[in-house]
Amino acid sequence: MKLSIFRSSRGRGDALFHGAAVGAAALVLILMAGLFVDLVIGSRPSLEKFGLGFLWSAAWNPVTGNFGAASSIYGSLVSTLIALVIAIPLSLLIALFLVEIAHPRLARPVGGAIEILAAIPSIIYGMWGLFVFAPYLADHVQPALQAVFGKVPVARALFSGPPMGIGMLSAGLILALMVLPFTTALMRDVLQLVPRVLKEAAAGMGSTTWEIFRKVMAPYGSRGLVGAGFLGLSRALGETMAVTFVIGNDHRIAASLFASGNTIASTLANEFTEASNPLYLSALIELGLVLLVMTLLFQLAGHLWLGRLEKNTRGGR
Amino acid sequence: MRRAGQRRRRLVDLGMKAAACLAAFVGIVFLVWVLSEVIVRGASALSWSFFTTLPAPPGAPGGGLGNAMLGTLLISLGATLLGVPVGVMAGVYLAEYGAGTRFGTLVNFMVNVMMGVPSIIAGLFVYTLLVVSLGHFSGYAGAVALAFLMMPIVARTTADMMALVPNTLRESALALGAPRWRVIVQIVFRAAKAGLLTGILLAIARVSGETAPLLFTALNSPYWPRTLSGPMANLTVTIFNYAMSPYANWQRAAWGASLVITMGVLTINLVSRFILRRKT
Repeated sequence: MKLSIFRSSRGRGDALFHGAAVGAAALVLILMAGLFVDLVIGSRPSLEKFGLGFLWSAAWNPVTGNFGAASSIYGSLVSTLIALVIAIPLSLLIALFLVEIAHPRLARPVGGAIEILAAIPSIIYGMWGLFVFAPYLADHVQPALQAVFGKVPVARALFSGPPMGIGMLSAGLILALMVLPFTTALMRDVLQLVPRVLKEAAAGMGSTTWEIFRKVMAPYGSRGLVGAGFLGLSRALGETMAVTFVIGNDHRIAASLFASGNTIASTLANEFTEASNPLYLSALIELGLVLLVMTLLFQLAGHLWLGRLEKNTRGGR
Repeated sequence: MRRAGQRRRRLVDLGMKAAACLAAFVGIVFLVWVLSEVIVRGASALSWSFFTTLPAPPGAPGGGLGNAMLGTLLISLGATLLGVPVGVMAGVYLAEYGAGTRFGTLVNFMVNVMMGVPSIIAGLFVYTLLVVSLGHFSGYAGAVALAFLMMPIVARTTADMMALVPNTLRESALALGAPRWRVIVQIVFRAAKAGLLTGILLAIARVSGETAPLLFTALNSPYWPRTLSGPMANLTVTIFNYAMSPYANWQRAAWGASLVITMGVLTINLVSRFILRRKT
């Protein structure tokens, strides 16, 4: 009798706990599906009015009610590209420094500092970018770039225009600074997992540190390194505050990196609370939908690439 | 010929090592640059009244951001209360029940996808879900938006930390006749305690410095927070508004607020690191 009561209460506890766990797991799926459906519904007026042309129209005129995503998509991609081109090689090098070159007594505080840099809220980077870094760029870096590339045919166009310190280049640089500690920490963890024996074997054959890195550590950790790159990419693509402060928020596609531009996220941050009519609002929500789909596509691409990479390395073994 | 090749290899190695050292140095320089600007410019705005009074109008002396600090604390607390239990339970599912099942694999993938959702999209989602339907901005909506971001982070770290607990512990407890939920709560949780706590603290730190999700959910307010169901002052949106304003005293206050939020976030980070180090 007593035993059966005990057993039934135990069953109920288990059922409750299991139910809560399944419910929480299901909530993840519900929220993600809800997020997608919700944004599609919210952007319906704009979807119906502009159709697919929304994606490649560069118009953005709240007064006449004509909207297109091209300049925002362009800005998001270009600023992310600048950020990654700078941040990924740098973070690889710093990770190599932390794991292979620096004495542990130096590597620990430097690694800790990098992690602190990763924890600073993005709005702080925005503040610093607007009040400290942009004036510095305008006074020192941009004139120098113009002096160097002023005569080079193609590069001249990239660095033309008044050096204001605000624009696509500044946004890309701030993003690079924001992504750098994040990817560095991830890559360091990946490189630390490379077994000692492999490195020692390579060193025993007379490899230099750089050769060990390039031919042993990087191939061994390729999956993790690529994964870190993709995480950095998705972070840069969706970053809002660090960019909004310094990009200038101008709806146009300019050849010059000194010109101001906008990203999807910065447009949302700037204009959403000012959007007065339903069409304007739905165009902004559709921009958000575009950003979400872009992030998902990049994630999917990363996933597929990692899968292929894994197959290749497994085949090689 | 052979010797020339050797020399080139040495030179490349030396060059790359120098580049790596330089890269690390540049990283540290920027860290010091960012932090020192925040500290120096922020400290000049701090005073006792900065923490205890309401904002001053542009140009007027004095004033503080007491309301925004309280608001940020309340919103972060609300997000923690909402996001942590759900995140932990989702992590429990991934580690204890769902591993290897089809549903588990799907949820596992979706948690990763959800972690990659840009924070401003979370704000947009909660805006259409809660702000439009209720008709007004609110502290609740802000807390929900932050909880949305917190949940997958907590789920991920919980699942990872619980997976580190050796199976023999679970098996011996089950063999003693303990029901599964007790095994999880009293054995697995306890074994993974430091890791779980660190994960939760890091998620709180990560999320409480967020601005984008609050822009169109909690909005901002010049008053003390009286209720969670109205627009609510918070530090990060205040920084954004003040920094973009042309008024010198507002910009100064924005630096003060930047220092406060940075120190808050870094303190939580250091505490969590300390917990993890003491444990291991």
